[in-house]
Amino acid sequence: MGSNIIEILKNSQSTILENWSKTQASAMSFNDDLISSQEIQEQSEELITAFLRNLNEENLGNGDAPEFDEVVESLSDLSISRAKLGFSPKETSVFVNGMKNAIIDVLEAQLISQPAQLYAASKKLNYLFDSFSIVTFETFIRGREEVIIRQTDEISEISTPVIRVWEGILALPIIGTLDSARTQVVMENLLEAIVETGSSIAILDISGVPAVDSLVAQHLMKTVAATRLMGAECVISGIRPEIAQTIVHLGIDLSNIITKASLAHALRFSFQSLKLEVRKQQTPANR
Amino acid sequence: MTIHLAKMRMGMSQMISVITKQSMLIQQDQDVVPFRNRVKECAVKLKMGLVNQTKLITAASELVRNMLKYGRGGQVVIEAVSKRNQFGVRLIFIDKGPGIPDIALAMKDGYSTGKSLGLGLPGTKRLVNEFDIESAVGVGTKVSIIKWCNG
Repeated sequence: MGSNIIEILKNSQSTILENWSKTQASAMSFNDDLISSQEIQEQSEELITAFLRNLNEENLGNGDAPEFDEVVESLSDLSISRAKLGFSPKETSVFVNGMKNAIIDVLEAQLISQPAQLYAASKKLNYLFDSFSIVTFETFIRGREEVIIRQTDEISEISTPVIRVWEGILALPIIGTLDSARTQVVMENLLEAIVETGSSIAILDISGVPAVDSLVAQHLMKTVAATRLMGAECVISGIRPEIAQTIVHLGIDLSNIITKASLAHALRFSFQSLKLEVRKQQTPANR
Repeated sequence: MTIHLAKMRMGMSQMISVITKQSMLIQQDQDVVPFRNRVKECAVKLKMGLVNQTKLITAASELVRNMLKYGRGGQVVIEAVSKRNQFGVRLIFIDKGPGIPDIALAMKDGYSTGKSLGLGLPGTKRLVNEFDIESAVGVGTKVSIIKWCNG
């Protein structure tokens, strides 16, 4: 009885594939710029071949069976590649469930006279595909997480620029949370830039740092200390009023660090210490 | 008389009523920023002023970092609470870490078993209106803070 079902399925591979492609075509119609229909066709064929080759009486209904390792693997590859291509989880699960529907359609057509058998087979297939869906879902999320981790790395790369605002003056706007890893990047970039440009003043602007707690303060102090060891002076600017109050209540002592309210003030201070003067141009007297 | 006093005390503590409650698991450094954002959201909903908001967020950040560093992560409950006619945010940090053997020492400025500034706990206490810490060695630590909107 069971072998009967397996037989039916194995013999109607092409019909299943056809049905499946049809449902996909309607579901994917607006997303064909992400993947070509030929690719989908290839993926479907590969998946269904692997599935039917490994399907037997015992494992029908058991997605954890070792025979399905191949299927699970190709499903995982597929969902990871789709996650990276920017597919939505819905589209990916429609893809997998489409295969189940195609298979059940075929069974229904063949077993219409034996409802009990049809029911038992569909139930087992449902179990099986539920576990396949879970695999897809899990790997899909993993694929997306990889993308996020990569982006995080990229953000920390680009968010610590060292700007040369004047000869001998560097500015470093810090945006976002200053954790240990960020501080390391900031410090490295800054110290390197000091050597490269021979600057004697560095302005750390923390306008974009949402909260300064004791850890952030400690990181700032370390950066200042390292800058001083390089023979340059470090000015911290962009301390907002609410942050100033918080720092005082926390009991952080920043008194031996030069701090300014805004980047403009810090720049003015830097000009003064470099003995530079910025003046408004004298307008020529009216003739 | 003593019974009467005890009743009064109970009455006092019960006067804090919880309006909304959400809880969040903190397991890694990456959880700190979303947690802070949730605290901020809660404070903004209660129309807390910017200075108090910043104080609350900084306190939250200190405690959550402590929890990650010493308590190997834990759970935080974020609550919007009210007492009489004032509103505020209550945060409860629960970890199952090694616990603090000497709370009085831990609350002292500049004391740290790690290599930090030692301002986390005492600084936090100064930033909030109500601060409560319970800890048992080998069991874990529970810190509860309240910041009132106009406190």
